[in-house]
Amino acid sequence: MSDVNTMQIEFTLNGTPTKVDVAPMDRLLDTLRYALGLTGSKEGCGEGECGACTVYLDGVPVNACLVPTFQVRGCHVETIESIPHESLDAMLTSGATQCGACTPGVVMTACWLNRHPELSKTHSVRELMAGNLCRCTGYDGIIDGIECEQRTKSSTL
Amino acid sequence: MRRLEGISKLTGQMQYVDDIHVEGCLWGMTVRSPSPRGRIREIRFGNAVDWSQCVVVDHRDIPGPNEVFLIERDQPVLASDYTRHIHEPVVLIAHESREVCRAAVADVQVIVDEEPAALEYRVLPKPEEVQRGNDNVLKTLKIEKGDVEGALANAAHVVEGVYETGAQEHVYIETQGMIAWVEDGVVITKGSMQCPYYVVNALKHALAREESGVRVIQAPTGGGFGGKEDYPSHLALHAALLALKANRPVKMIYERSEDMAATTKRHPSRVRHRSGFDAQGKLVAQDIDVAIDGGAYVTLSPVVLSRGIIHAGGPYACEHVRINGRTVLTNSVPYGAFRGFGAPQTLFALERHMDVCALAMDMDPVELRRINLIRDGQTTATGQVINDGTDRAAILDKAASLIGLKSKCDEHASFNATHPYLRRGTGIAVFFHGAGFTGSGEVALKSRVRIAGLPDGRVEVLTSSTEMGQGALTVFTTLAADRLGLEPKDIIVAEPDTARVPNSGPTVASRTAMVVGRLVERACDDLQQRVGLDDGARGDVVRDAIAMWHRNNEGKALYGEAIYEKPPGINWDDTNYTGDAYGTFAWAAYAAEVEIDLRTFSARVTDFVAVQEIGSVINETLARGQIQGGVVQGIGWALLEECVQERGAMKNCQLTNYIIPTSDDVPPIRVVFLENPYEYGAQGAKGIGELPMDGPGPAIANAIAQAIGVSADVLPLTPERLMTMMDSAHV
Ligand code: FES
Ligand code: FES
Repeated sequence: MSDVNTMQIEFTLNGTPTKVDVAPMDRLLDTLRYALGLTGSKEGCGEGECGACTVYLDGVPVNACLVPTFQVRGCHVETIESIPHESLDAMLTSGATQCGACTPGVVMTACWLNRHPELSKTHSVRELMAGNLCRCTGYDGIIDGIECEQRTKSSTL
Repeated sequence: MRRLEGISKLTGQMQYVDDIHVEGCLWGMTVRSPSPRGRIREIRFGNAVDWSQCVVVDHRDIPGPNEVFLIERDQPVLASDYTRHIHEPVVLIAHESREVCRAAVADVQVIVDEEPAALEYRVLPKPEEVQRGNDNVLKTLKIEKGDVEGALANAAHVVEGVYETGAQEHVYIETQGMIAWVEDGVVITKGSMQCPYYVVNALKHALAREESGVRVIQAPTGGGFGGKEDYPSHLALHAALLALKANRPVKMIYERSEDMAATTKRHPSRVRHRSGFDAQGKLVAQDIDVAIDGGAYVTLSPVVLSRGIIHAGGPYACEHVRINGRTVLTNSVPYGAFRGFGAPQTLFALERHMDVCALAMDMDPVELRRINLIRDGQTTATGQVINDGTDRAAILDKAASLIGLKSKCDEHASFNATHPYLRRGTGIAVFFHGAGFTGSGEVALKSRVRIAGLPDGRVEVLTSSTEMGQGALTVFTTLAADRLGLEPKDIIVAEPDTARVPNSGPTVASRTAMVVGRLVERACDDLQQRVGLDDGARGDVVRDAIAMWHRNNEGKALYGEAIYEKPPGINWDDTNYTGDAYGTFAWAAYAAEVEIDLRTFSARVTDFVAVQEIGSVINETLARGQIQGGVVQGIGWALLEECVQERGAMKNCQLTNYIIPTSDDVPPIRVVFLENPYEYGAQGAKGIGELPMDGPGPAIANAIAQAIGVSADVLPLTPERLMTMMDSAHV
């Protein structure tokens, strides 16, 4: 964002080696959105409360608004743009999105839960989704979509 | 039909205002007043930034009157020599770099000679705080039916109560944002908004332009809830002023803390009830006094008050009713539209009060409600005769039995008697919500919808009604497709761009599916007529006739059109506040089960049932989503969401310390629809969006009162407040 003191930062973005010139302390969220044009990740609060900016850093969900860009040097970053559309059918049916502002973050967390079915053995989906604020759905549409996807997956295993 | 834009939202492809890249765009930001009231003596620019590189706008740059066009024109676009609330916009700055812009804003000091601020709407202002009339009252309204004093004098029981609610912040997850630019002499603003034509009117007025000199486009909107009803007019004006001065596009995106601190909130309220009952518990008189805090300018407060008092008497039959309402000016950030628009406040008071009355008369709260519920042929407080065939008692009984109001009573009593620190209770509330604009509002709006028949036989729905998550796009597509027998893919819903779409009215008041949707249907009928078909024509016949029309009228545009017509027999007297306040009401009963932890004083909703009659359901998933989302917003208002005020502004303006419900704070919301088609709504639908905001507050407060015996007469019932209430209940 700033013109002064930029440095080149190299990392893997959605599987593709990427170089970007930004100030090292620029938020990863701004780097993704403004420097790299990936606007799928949203800003809801800018302070790690809402989860709208959720991306994976080396496979783990993080709030991109709290990550300085230099911290992703040499890492793998995955964003909502990497999520296959077919995996979202259950959430579309269940009414998991309304205004859509929270949705990319919700989807990132939801997909991560689907990659880690062991988590659902010890925690409810409601607990696991508590880091993503949604002001529209009341959460039932989101929870139903995730649980439906989990059922489909476990029955096809 | 599944949500049409759902996949583009789920995949993050939907482009909201901050996602739109505009070449050569500057960032715009706002310098705000540091004081609740006083004369602006000086504006000091520091030397931390190179001001020659900044675009700076103040009130002198406004081409027309320095007024935001709304009900009254008392609110300036930018404060000139006087400020009436903290965070009032004073100076605008634009710069290529967002950081430099931030630094520039921090480098400006607004020096105010402070005058005594009125910050408390519940008490009469001191003489030095008076700024309007002789008591700061912005507007009074009154409903009167029968002889209240006489009925109270003869009542077997008279029960009084005072109920209060706090401000509530919308917390749409996408903050307010707008882009403005000038193209061929036309000022264009594009951003997050509910009501494009409100913005048109604001731009025309303050920029002194003809309608042809302004154009407003709604960008996909990440939630509104009323918060993007009137506020986007301010932002559009600010961005436009900067763009005009800079001669470059300007983007303004509020950060969360600025959005929470500076934009509108739900009106705080205090409602007094004095109710008279006969010996059997029949309501014979309601004397209700409603006061709301309007904040520093009139904004929409008179209409919020209007809806508030019309709903204050509730869904009960009562012959003698007096409702006095007033909205009071304070030097607080102006309050504004928020889902429910005054009704949640007065219905909280009423429905909490009904439980208080039941307790005072030793009656069962459900029974007290059942015997007083309005029956067909009886009238509301304004004298509107209800005659819709809805079985309101069935709604009440359904909610009561689903939550287990009776069956859980003993269970909870023994649990509460034995558990060391947990207490459980259930509560219910029954209510109604009028859909569409109040009184003659819909007639005055003269909403208009067009359906274009395209050369390839498809049709395009043209309205200024906006999709903000509620499902307008999907519902309009369904309505047009069903009406014409076409496939959803044959229907295009136009982007709300005032250069193309007619004014179908604001996207507020639960009116979009019911009122505008009906216009979509009628415009479809008109289109059929224009291509020589009758209303019964469906499918290929329609497509072919449209395509044929174009072959015969090459280069011409084909439109079907509809303009609002009020349903027959609807009459409203605005002077005496009597008559048909709304074309129709939706009816509902909500019930909550709560658990309170006496170690932390936190209350949790453990089960919630929402039963409602909303005419016909057009789309079950969307309708259920509206109810569930509204209920959870209501749970937040009831238990968690406290706007801490300091000098008339929200102090806790961060999501870190203003707490809204997470998925883990709420139970699944059980939704039941009872259908009773409304003749004048699209496919029989009534309004739905605001209804779910009315019920959770009183149902939860009643449940808490039952569980721990506190007064529960103030929302939100935060742990701090519950602790205080318990202390005073047990001394
Ligand atoms: S924007 Fe990152 S958590 Fe809210
Ligand atoms: S869909 Fe609007 S905030 Fe979640």
